[in-house]
Amino acid sequence: MADVNRKNRPLSPFMIGPIYRPQITSVMSIIHRVTGCGLAFGAMLGVWWFLAAASGPEYFAFVDGLLTSWIGGLLMIGMLAALWYHFCNGIRHLVWDAGYGFELDAVNKSGVATLVATGVLTLITLIAAFF
Amino acid sequence: MNAKADGFRTDRARVTGLGSAKTGVGHWWSQRITSIALVPLTILFVFPFAQSLGGDFASVRATYANPFHAIVAILFIGTTFLHVQQGLQVVIEDYVHDKALRTGALLANTLLCWAFGLSGVFAVAKIAFTA
Repeated sequence: MADVNRKNRPLSPFMIGPIYRPQITSVMSIIHRVTGCGLAFGAMLGVWWFLAAASGPEYFAFVDGLLTSWIGGLLMIGMLAALWYHFCNGIRHLVWDAGYGFELDAVNKSGVATLVATGVLTLITLIAAFF
Repeated sequence: MNAKADGFRTDRARVTGLGSAKTGVGHWWSQRITSIALVPLTILFVFPFAQSLGGDFASVRATYANPFHAIVAILFIGTTFLHVQQGLQVVIEDYVHDKALRTGALLANTLLCWAFGLSGVFAVAKIAFTA
């Protein structure tokens, strides 16, 4: 076998830190995965809220109060930003899947566009939610 | 492996499914399908949800008694947990290297996603039918 060191090969994510210098491409890729995992938890909180709304006014007031408390509210705003990031960067991934936008210049530009769009969409949703 | 022990199977038949991709592009493709479905569903779901969070019990239920909002919420929750299952599966396969732990995590992931997804669908349906 060509690879004589099969048992001791480095396993993912070994490249972060010592080997790979952070760049917009790699950092945004990692954030996509992190937001995805966080949003899985947020989706469970959302189901809890819908179950509370299906149960009764007292339990709904309890769950809704938790999710809109200071800490809960900050968490929900974080979830909102994470959702729009994962949404925009997901579209960026779908464009790549279709075979477009792979040039280094295009990848950097679409990365910046994703970050700007995330901020704008988060702001628009917050304005719609509070006013 | 010699021909005697393995009957008349071809070399190709013996190795099919043994690579890291296992069954080919099926998982990748179904993850694109849920991604594409979630683009319009996210836009339609987030705004009424953000406006309902922190609202009073009666108006929240009135929002999801509307068939349009109820159907959007049901499609969004169902598609989201399919997508979460697919995404977390890849994350588990990337980082959990112990075989028993990995199998357990993959099993828990699938079961939890179906439990939360169907519970969310039930909750919205109950609100829509009883509000």
